[in-house]
Amino acid sequence: MNDHEALMQALDVLCPMHVVLGPTGHVVHAGPTLQKLRPDAQMVGRRFLEIFDLKRPRAITTMDALRAAAGTKLHLQLRDAPKTEVKGLLVPGLTEGQSIVNLSFGISVVDAVSDYALTSGDFAATDLTVEMLYLVEAKSAAMEASRKLNLRLQGAMIAAEEQAFTDTLTGLKNRRAMDHVVARHVDWGTRFGLMQIDLDWFKAVNDTLGHAAGDHVLQTVARVMVEETRDSDTVARVGGDEFVIILPHAKGGEAMEGIGRRIIERLSRPIPFQGEVCKISASIGSAIYDPASKQSVAEVMDDADVALYASKHGGRGQQTHYVPALRRSAENLAPPKGRDVERES
Amino acid sequence: MHGLINRAIQCFVTDSYGADKWVEATRIADLDFVEFEAMLTYDDDITPRLLDAISNVLNRPRSDVMEDMGTYLVSHPNVEALRRLLRFGGVTFVEFLHSLDDLPDRARLAVSDLNLPRIELRDHSPTHFSLICESPMVGYGHVMMGILRTMADDYGALALLEHTGGGDGIETISVTLVETEFAAGRAFDLGARAS
Repeated sequence: MNDHEALMQALDVLCPMHVVLGPTGHVVHAGPTLQKLRPDAQMVGRRFLEIFDLKRPRAITTMDALRAAAGTKLHLQLRDAPKTEVKGLLVPGLTEGQSIVNLSFGISVVDAVSDYALTSGDFAATDLTVEMLYLVEAKSAAMEASRKLNLRLQGAMIAAEEQAFTDTLTGLKNRRAMDHVVARHVDWGTRFGLMQIDLDWFKAVNDTLGHAAGDHVLQTVARVMVEETRDSDTVARVGGDEFVIILPHAKGGEAMEGIGRRIIERLSRPIPFQGEVCKISASIGSAIYDPASKQSVAEVMDDADVALYASKHGGRGQQTHYVPALRRSAENLAPPKGRDVERES
Repeated sequence: MHGLINRAIQCFVTDSYGADKWVEATRIADLDFVEFEAMLTYDDDITPRLLDAISNVLNRPRSDVMEDMGTYLVSHPNVEALRRLLRFGGVTFVEFLHSLDDLPDRARLAVSDLNLPRIELRDHSPTHFSLICESPMVGYGHVMMGILRTMADDYGALALLEHTGGGDGIETISVTLVETEFAAGRAFDLGARAS
């Protein structure tokens, strides 16, 4: 065996992706793994730059220029499909004009292994490629497990948040959600209408027909309120039979009056429940939050409460929009007790 | 948009301008939350809205904000890992520029659902390059400007950069290399472990 053959054999083991080029740039010998990339097209005898497109350094087009680039990193790509990209390093060979180019997959190794059905036997035992593939797979498996956990936790978090802001019986927003919505409108400087709604005669339904009837009534009420308001409005159940509706960009008391009238009209119709009939109605007090005025939200809520009290005092089943005069007459009658106090008697 | 990108924006604003500015920006952008999770995916329309809100809060043009973000990403001690990963791209600034072609693939190797915009480097001469950046989000080229400017310093190279405009989801940066060894640059040790 001559020196040349001994070198080729050694290179086949040490660098199975090498290629030996003659002075004209033709392939004299190709390593076994490299040849495996093109099992049906013998590389030996073809011009190296016809098999590979040299991507970088870009200026090189001739074999002389390529030989001059000995020792620098080459970026190459197979010219026919699959157009695998490889990295290369060229060194002068044993004889004048001969070059040895060693190639490696670099970043494209993951795709290459599956494209060409490579096994660990195709890589030198000292090559870290197999370790890298192992790391990629191990990392992907671990990341996938963590990604699934993330999605589960996110789902749970969304559900928990939803629950924390929802009244489970009616599906309406709860008091917390309402506070949140109000705070945002205040932040944005949105003018909004506020309706405080108390159900009339609801306690009687609960007492005479039982809680199941009461629950049915509350669900019906919730549906009516949602149907009679816009998507941008917020309907919240803030107490047993107490509701609040926030109407962003409400123009004035008249605009809300139409909505209030329809709600009272619909809630005053008897609600059938298991052969019985539940009769309720609603009292409404409304006020407007105007960011241009100096009034705080708490003051506006109190205004709406005073108006609600006037509706109740006026015989229930009616609505009142707040005007300052109400406060004086309300004081003469009895102070509003605040909404946490049971008003029905 | 991937949580990593949104999270990077959050860290940039918080570390550079304080948590208050960040909270204000999330409110203007009409987000329901203030904290992005790095490993979750968010609606694509959130990110541009957020960037406009930040520009609004900081009272600076969006392109300036995005370039500062690029600088932040490769210079702030809190995100040192990113600078290190980029330095793996090459021993010299020119090699680093060439490695940007591989960046989206490398990123996907690490996080399979992270899709970074494609970048293509064209070399017109040994000292003059164009970086063609796919730009799904207007201003992405400015982020790259900030990154390149800072990485040039990092390598000790002196480079002139110019954002030469864009359109149709592509933005172009012209890079002129004045000197490759202008200054000492920052040290990079391949084997140093990120702490």
